[in-house]
Order: sequence, then C-alpha cells, then structure tokens
Amino acid sequence: MIEVRGLRKSFGSRTALDDVSLSVADRERVMLVGPNGAGKTTLLRILATLGRPSAGSVLIDGRDPFREWAKVRASIGFLSHQTLLYGDLSARQNLRFYARMYQVEDADARIDELLRRVDLHQRQDDLVRGYSRGMQQRLAVARAVLHGPTVLLLDEPYSGLDPIASESLTRLLDGLADDGCTLLLTSHRPVAEGRLFDRVVALNRGRVVHDGAFGDPRTFADRYRSWVGAAEAA
Amino acid sequence: MLRQIGAILAKDLAAELHTREILSAMAVFAITAVLTFSFALDLRGATGEAAAPGVLWTTIAFTGTLGLSRSLAREQESGGISGLMLASEDRTVIFVGKALSNLVLMLLLEIVLLPLATIFFDVNFVRPSVVLIVVLGTVGYATAGTLLAAIAVNTRAREVMLPILLLPLVVPLLLGAVHATAGLLEGLTLAEVGSWVQILVVYDLLMTAAAVATFSYVVEA
Repeated sequence: MIEVRGLRKSFGSRTALDDVSLSVADRERVMLVGPNGAGKTTLLRILATLGRPSAGSVLIDGRDPFREWAKVRASIGFLSHQTLLYGDLSARQNLRFYARMYQVEDADARIDELLRRVDLHQRQDDLVRGYSRGMQQRLAVARAVLHGPTVLLLDEPYSGLDPIASESLTRLLDGLADDGCTLLLTSHRPVAEGRLFDRVVALNRGRVVHDGAFGDPRTFADRYRSWVGAAEAA
Repeated sequence: MLRQIGAILAKDLAAELHTREILSAMAVFAITAVLTFSFALDLRGATGEAAAPGVLWTTIAFTGTLGLSRSLAREQESGGISGLMLASEDRTVIFVGKALSNLVLMLLLEIVLLPLATIFFDVNFVRPSVVLIVVLGTVGYATAGTLLAAIAVNTRAREVMLPILLLPLVVPLLLGAVHATAGLLEGLTLAEVGSWVQILVVYDLLMTAAAVATFSYVVEA
C-alpha cells in the first residue's frame, strides 16, 4: 500500500509538487495522468526514493522509505522511461547484475522464467544496445520485477513504443497485476491501455485535480480535458 | 554489502570486456603522451630523473580523467545511476563499487604505462617503492574522480565539467605523488620521502571519508 500525505517538492523557486495526497491500495491499478510538467515523474521518483520531498510524508507498506530503505526496496519495482539497462551487457548479464544487487535467491531460475515471460529468451545473450525499443522496454520490465516487488511504479512506459510493442507491454503488465502487483503508471496523455486501470488520478501544475474511478475508456479523453484544461491537454 | 560492491565491479569489468572502450582510449592516450614527451624532451640521465615523474603523473591524471568520463557516460546511457540507487542497500555501496572499478581500470592501464615509461624515459619506474606511490596516488585519484563524476553526471556539459572539477581538487595529490616519485628515482628510500607519502595517505583517507559522507546527498540532489 502507498500512502502519500501533503507532499511538496520544490526545485529552487519552482514548485513541482504542491500538497499532493494520494492512497493506493494493495493490488490496485492506478493511472496517474497529466500534461508534461505536471509533476508525475517527480512524484514517482520520490516514491521510488530517487529524490527526497521538500515536505510531506510517504509510506510504502507502512514504512517510511527514506528511513527504512533497505526493507522497503524489496517491495518496489521502478520502470522509468529510461530503461536502466546497460547496453554493453547482454540481457542475461543485465538481469544477473540486478539479481546480485537485489540478492535474489535462485537467480538463474528466476532470470530464465522472466526471459521467457518477456519473450527474450532466444536473444538473451545479445548485447542490449542491439535491441529494439520494444524489446528493451520488455527487458526493463523484467529488471523491475526481478526481485518480486509488490508495488510497480511505471513512468511513461508506453513512450516511444509502436502499437505492437504497446500491446505486448500491456499483456505483460496485465499478467503482473493478476499476479498481485500494485500498479501506479504515469502517462502524459490518455492511452488506449487505460482499460487496465481501476482508478485515475490527474495531476496538473503539481496538484491533484481529479481522483476517481477510471470509468468508460471511450469518454476518457473528454474527461481528461475537463480536468487539466483544453490547452494543457492538447 | 560486499556482494553488491562485487556485483558493480563485475558489471563494469564485463561491460569493458565487451567493448574495451575505456582501456583502449586510455591506452592510446598514454602511449601517445609517453612517445611525444620522450621525443620532445631529452629524458636521459639527470634530466630524465627530474622530468619523468611529472610526465608520468600528468599522463596518469589525463588518462584517468578520460577513463572516468567514459565510465560516467556508460552509467548515463543506462539512465544515470538511478538503477544502482534502486537496487543498492546503501548509497555507499554505489560509491565503493564504482570507485573500485575505476581504480581497477586505472591500475590495468598503469601495468602497461610503467614499463613503457621505463623504456622510453630510461628511468626505472618498475620497482616496488614507485609502484606503491603509483597505487596510493591512483587510489586518491579514483576516489576523488568517482565522487566528482557523480556530481558531473547530472550537469549538462558533464564530460567537460568532470576535468574542471577534478583537476584542481587533485593538485595536492599530484604534488605529493610527483615529489615522492622524484625522490625515489633519485635514490632516496621510502622513509626519506615519508612526508610526501603521508600526504598521499592522508589525502586518500580524507577523500574516502568525504566521499562516503557526502555521496548519498550528491546522488539524491
């Protein structure tokens, strides 16, 4: 479970997040939408402990990640729009490295399982720099869930993917959610994959402007415009 | 913690084994520098003993900067050090792992550089006391370089920023290393150049302590 209370983050005179409060229950699938610069990435990076808030509190599974990171890190998986993979290593070497960092038990079996799940087992020994964007993103998902996190934070995972790669990623995320993973995904625009989600939270200029059920995907674009304004949504 | 440090070191060495980008760039620079200095200056006899330590440490400093820049760029290409931050128990692990891998690459280069400089400068660098000074100097350089590379990684002109930040900071280290090396080449013992050795040891310890104390703030800024 994720609990965010009164979160504020400033970069100099610019306020990126302003009094953001949010709860995400276990196994919930939440999409965080908002235009570019709304504060979505900043929020996700704080939840992943890659940045510290200026004020406010964050609890993940009841623990403060900034005080108890060693315990909290096992329950968080983070997929950024950068893959966090090393192009000069093969897929297997990347996963083996992260498995050692996360101290995953029976790592080779876990890596085999994930490479099959993301359909990269036949290219596992190729250098990642030779992979397509879609393949890199699938491998990045495998990296993010390698240690069996219960919360998966996804920052613009569909960015730069073609429709086939997007569909493949959606199937993968759907499977992970069915396995019990809590999903919190950001997007700067309404995406077709919204059908995956139970709930939508809209951010605009660092503030939560909507928090409710995802509703009918066919009317989502109109509702999105009403939350963030037509100019911002364009 | 040791397993994580070992994982970072193994990862960096495996990546370098695939590409040989860092070592080949450093080796080309070092060989070119040694050849250029040896042909430009008459480094035989007393002149050689006086000038060779400066030439050696200038070469080490610039090849080291080259290696650190590339090592930093490799992390940047993968998304900065966010992946390491997510996966490590403690930010110190990242610092120690990266510093060790930078140190190993510099030491590998020096295994080639010292005999090469011995041949071209006609001065014996391949002796235990000089090797000790080279190792002490390289430890300090890799430590300071790794900390500053972590600062530079988030700046716009990161590969330019690293030498601008690093080279002034390592002046005390280079002075100590050059004087200690020069003294040893003149025939002094390690005890007789002890004050310079102390500077190197104190620099290494202070820089390590400063880096361990500040690294988490640097990477989370």
